Amino acid sequence: MKFIDEYRDPQLARKFLDEIRRTTTRHWTIMEICGGQTHSIIRNGIDQLLPESIELVHGPGCPVCVTPLESIERALAIASRKEVIFTSFGDMLRVPGNSKDLFMARSEGGDVRILFSPLDALQIARDNPTKEVVFFAVGFETTAPANAMAVWQAAREGIKNFSVLVSQVMVPPAMRAILLSPGNRVQGFLAAGHVCAVMGYEEYEPVAHEFNVPVVPTGFEPVDLLAGILRTVELLEEGRAEVVNCYGRVVSREGNLAAKQTISKVFEVTDRQWRGIGLIPLSGLGLRAEYAHFDAEKKFDLTHIRAAESLLCMSGSVLQGILKPDACPAFSRECTPEHPLGATMVSSEGACAAYYNYHRNFDVS
Amino acid sequence: MTIAPVCFTPILQHETVQMAHGAGGRLSQSLMQRVFMPHIHNPFLDLLDDQAKLDLPPGRAAFTTDTYVVSPVFFPGGNIGELAVNGTVNDLAVGGAKPLYLSAGFVLEEGFLLAELETIVKSMAEAACRAGVMIVTGDTKVVGKGQCDRIFINTSGIGIIREGVNLSCRNLKVGDSIILSGTVGDHGMAIMTSREGLSFQSRITSDCAALNGMIGSILDEVPLAIHAMRDPTRGGVAATLNELAVSSSVGIEINETTILVKPDVRGACELLGIDPLHVANEGKLVMAVAADKVQTVLDVMRTFDLGRDAVIIGSVVDDHPGMVVMRTVYGSRRIIDLPLGEQLPRIC
Amino acid sequence: MCLAIPGKLLELSNENGLKMGIIDVNGSKTKACLEYVPDIQVGQYTIVHAGFALKIIDEEEAAESLKLWQELIDSGAFQPDQELPSPESL
Repeated sequence: MKFIDEYRDPQLARKFLDEIRRTTTRHWTIMEICGGQTHSIIRNGIDQLLPESIELVHGPGCPVCVTPLESIERALAIASRKEVIFTSFGDMLRVPGNSKDLFMARSEGGDVRILFSPLDALQIARDNPTKEVVFFAVGFETTAPANAMAVWQAAREGIKNFSVLVSQVMVPPAMRAILLSPGNRVQGFLAAGHVCAVMGYEEYEPVAHEFNVPVVPTGFEPVDLLAGILRTVELLEEGRAEVVNCYGRVVSREGNLAAKQTISKVFEVTDRQWRGIGLIPLSGLGLRAEYAHFDAEKKFDLTHIRAAESLLCMSGSVLQGILKPDACPAFSRECTPEHPLGATMVSSEGACAAYYNYHRNFDVS
Repeated sequence: MTIAPVCFTPILQHETVQMAHGAGGRLSQSLMQRVFMPHIHNPFLDLLDDQAKLDLPPGRAAFTTDTYVVSPVFFPGGNIGELAVNGTVNDLAVGGAKPLYLSAGFVLEEGFLLAELETIVKSMAEAACRAGVMIVTGDTKVVGKGQCDRIFINTSGIGIIREGVNLSCRNLKVGDSIILSGTVGDHGMAIMTSREGLSFQSRITSDCAALNGMIGSILDEVPLAIHAMRDPTRGGVAATLNELAVSSSVGIEINETTILVKPDVRGACELLGIDPLHVANEGKLVMAVAADKVQTVLDVMRTFDLGRDAVIIGSVVDDHPGMVVMRTVYGSRRIIDLPLGEQLPRIC
Repeated sequence: MCLAIPGKLLELSNENGLKMGIIDVNGSKTKACLEYVPDIQVGQYTIVHAGFALKIIDEEEAAESLKLWQELIDSGAFQPDQELPSPESL
């Protein structure tokens, strides 16, 4: 597969690993923000192959994991309504609310459908004029252009029976929150390559400067990840807190202008709750006033729905990189993929699920 | 004795299944005569008794049942009918049995097109003929609109286990080689990409096929060298290997470099974020084989179309009993776990 | 997050006023919205996420950095500490 296989080449990967080993003179703690990167690292055993002095900490780059419990509860409330066709990316179906997930809502009679693209939800709305079609618009900046286009197009066509339940979050405020939290050990970041494909990387420059951390936009395949890790280590060893792009075939400094324009036409920056972390100011996106009639929270009057996290769940600490999944007391006991306590165990991008599926009880040496 | 159909009027395009077709009266008979009997006939079914009276050859009998509810009912590479025949034939064959007779029970949704039902029945007859089995008894019920998803089929099958052959998921021995007969993920991805709502235009083809011919030849050659045999259907190769490892309390190690995936299947898996090892197959075999006979087995398999890509993917070890571990192309190792459930396309 | 897979644009179309295309991913074809890559030509590669093409892949830059990496390796700039074990032998 072009633009994939070249970046999975074991020989090239090995050479990067050797160079990382030679370049590292002391312990460094590096965070990869993106859940897709976490998944690739653990699935390919990259963390096993890196020298011990490089510690990879897994960040909150899993929009599924950080979708607040309240949003899940609101989704469940909407999905159970007879007049609603509730549509979502597959990732969200197993995320537990207080007592059930969207799969269970479906088994209880809710019309819940999995889609690949938000535009498919629009088609369902056109095909079912007597039904209310709701799309669960979850994601980081990578998914915001798709979600924005669905709303923009619905407005253009005057589609009335369509709305979105928004849970859009943004990476830079999360990075700041992590860097500001007491006990933060992260010294360098692998920035999420596809978020940067959309947004560019200019917004990381002030973060690098203010907090004195190198930030390296990085891809997802093993060779891309190792190239990004090597670059980060080189910057750390040289004491250079800069943003250096390691995913040049897809990332440019200014990003995708058309996408950024549509995002800002449809959405505005808002405060957002992050499951397991709490409120991060100005860290999310919400629909602008002129698109308020597409807001499912307003359409279905859900503001009374509240939710509380499991007391055992430590996904917040995992998401901030403070705790490794297998250090959580509930890991693999009360909390498994079959009965997850928090979203980091549900989503395949979640660090806890990745550890469970690939590492559990297993001496990987 | 064969009963010739009394009245055979061709199925019209718009004709649909009615509740009365399942009520046992004139319309039920008409359904039998117009849809089933033109395609499936043998000395047992033609008697139209409530039961098939069979003379079984000597030996130990194997008996299996499976119900097929796949949607969409027609998919690239097959339909629910041939799946129902091949699946049950395979379940017998992987136990070392020669499949002989099948039953077929149908639950039809009111409104299902008769022409589509006929296509499915015809496919079943052809699949049975290819596999060398007979559908000797059956049943049809009709339920109201919305009470089933177009058509559900149950097939049960009976066969006689080859003498001297003892295939069981509890028989794996440390040192055995694990053979996989071909590419993984074809069937499950054919189904997934045919479903609506996923914007796909691909023609990934299911690998739906009866394996009893190839299995028979393997067992002819080296009956004692095969310790276990499974067809990796739901849950894919990952589920099958885990079942084998747990049942035999052994570890299994496989090599990532040996797993073959067709390019378009791989493309779809990448796009949807799905692991090919977790995807269902309907014409593949996983076997645990005594290491000294593994080349003989491969040589036999490669004479068949269904086995031309047969390859050793790993071996049985005494480390990590009950667990399946994969060596990645980078030399690291990771657990291959049971998939949780339905494979879901993801964006994350 | 952000599963976005590279594929080749095979054909362009228009649906409901939106620029759409068929993307080939290793033989599997999927429909994607091209509004965010308005200059894309048939034959170019793009990454697809949630049914949308997000960026035209810069093939020149990709080739250059692979070449650079390979040159560094060939020139011995990356000196392996030990022989690379073949996956089969592991």
